[in-house]
Amino acid sequence: MRNAFSEALYQEASANPEIYVVVSDISPAGSMAKFSSQYPERFINVGVAEQSMIGIAAGLALKRCQPFAYTIATFSLYRPFEMVRDDLCYQNLPVTVVGMGAGVVYSTLGGTHHSQEDIAVAGAIPNMQIVAPCDPLECMEATRWCARQKTGPVYLRIGKAGEPVMTKDAEPWRFGKIRYLRRGTDVCILTYGVITAMAAKVADALQSQGKSVSLASVHTLKPLDRDGIAEALRTYAQVIVIEEHAPQGGLAAQSKQIAWDVRATCRLDTFTLQDAFIHNYGSHDDLLSAHGLSPARILSMVA
Amino acid sequence: MIGPLLNSEMDNVMAMRPNSFDASAAVARCKRYRRRILDMSQRVSALHIAGAFSCTEIVDCIYNTLMRPGPPSEPSPDTFLMSKGHGCMIQYVILEDRGVLSAAALDAYCTPGGQLGVHPDYGNPGIEASTGSLGHGLSMAVGMTLAERGHGRDGIVYVVLSDGELQEGSTWEAVLMASSFRLGNLVAFVDNNDFQSLGRTSQTHPSFYPLTDKFTAFGWETVEVDGHDAGAIHQAVLARGGDRPLMVVARTTKGKGVSYMENVPIWHYRSPSPEEYQVAIKEVEARQ
Repeated sequence: MRNAFSEALYQEASANPEIYVVVSDISPAGSMAKFSSQYPERFINVGVAEQSMIGIAAGLALKRCQPFAYTIATFSLYRPFEMVRDDLCYQNLPVTVVGMGAGVVYSTLGGTHHSQEDIAVAGAIPNMQIVAPCDPLECMEATRWCARQKTGPVYLRIGKAGEPVMTKDAEPWRFGKIRYLRRGTDVCILTYGVITAMAAKVADALQSQGKSVSLASVHTLKPLDRDGIAEALRTYAQVIVIEEHAPQGGLAAQSKQIAWDVRATCRLDTFTLQDAFIHNYGSHDDLLSAHGLSPARILSMVA
Repeated sequence: MIGPLLNSEMDNVMAMRPNSFDASAAVARCKRYRRRILDMSQRVSALHIAGAFSCTEIVDCIYNTLMRPGPPSEPSPDTFLMSKGHGCMIQYVILEDRGVLSAAALDAYCTPGGQLGVHPDYGNPGIEASTGSLGHGLSMAVGMTLAERGHGRDGIVYVVLSDGELQEGSTWEAVLMASSFRLGNLVAFVDNNDFQSLGRTSQTHPSFYPLTDKFTAFGWETVEVDGHDAGAIHQAVLARGGDRPLMVVARTTKGKGVSYMENVPIWHYRSPSPEEYQVAIKEVEARQ
């Protein structure tokens, strides 16, 4: 996904001289090397100094540039949190804060590198927008949108590498609208980000059991498509939320709030990371499983 | 990675305002500004008078003698950022004096319908960045200076820091980057009044000194001046080399100009009573 981000950003930057990238000793792979060699004055490496990374991005935006601040999610959002809040959100500047390897993608690196509550943290700040694409193609769409928008700050939550393409034949991507990757009539799975691949496996399994299943990428977490989610809650007999995020403040919690608001009568099952730091140093899937997020467990719970 | 130093960044050092500093005019302006702040203090219960008085000459010098005028009806090509946001009373009264902020806006300071609060807010006329939380301004100033360079412009970015905010680690991230990027168009000032909420900085943080050596070690051009001598401030900036950022360490007195406020911590955030106000006005008017 980070390669897709780099390629999309390179394309946008080639057409728009106001696009800058500020990184903290972490560089996106792939096309970012082209970006830094072709536009060295617009590729700014501040070193291991994330507070300064956000402040410098704010200063660039105050002079009408369109900056992206890029590093691993924990360091782009948590370390410089007050700079994100005051410099970007309070001033409502069109800076994209890229959280790479979000969720528990960096499974073996331990809790210091896991951003399992980032949607809740970023979503609590006024003016912040949040986009979390599910695959490389959706990441390119989201990156292009971030490069062109002037509404305000964005937290762009992306994965790392190796995510399968799932949106090749999907309906068009629209900021702020849930996007159906497949449509059925019995069950609707709402998900976003890297874990969408697991959600697709759950959908496949339910279909093999004879159910007609919808799968939707809720790529925009703020502003959340409340109408789209409400419609899903009204339309389907069963709605399942699968997300790689803490139980508080993410899609699961907000879907339950919407369900209450619209007096939903469907069955609503939510699957999230646990509210816990889990010390499991296996693969990404191993750590998700330790949190209770595996196709087998989800299928056993939704039957 | 950084771009090469632009020729324009060197040239602008020569293109700055001519060295025609009028000391008596500066004293008269600063007297007027302090009086205006004291007048405002009689309408609100609390405001940061002492912190504004300690950087009065610095901010006056920046706005009125260093920042270049822009084309007719356009702003200066240069930028001022008040990193010590709590000192923005002096910024407000100077912006009023220069016709950027209205008298009505200042009269409505800290009132429900007003637009001006205790800290400067981006979006208000003449306010280039929101500050208030310490340790943010220098990074934003670095970003602004990089943008000027990226746009091929020679705008100079002036930023005023408090000595207290030099204790923020984020400030030192920006100090390191500004010189690494060779930002010759960044001019920073430390309002070195030796006071913060819990006492004298020289007593609580003796390792803080000497200040200039630290900035020199980080690759900045540094100069130390009397922060209440506007002519000395002006000359220090004019004399800068322009190939790297300049840090002007300004020795100042918190509450400067009113004897009972000078170096007395309570005046960080208190308004004088009507009787105290009369004494303050007399002292300010008497100052040469």
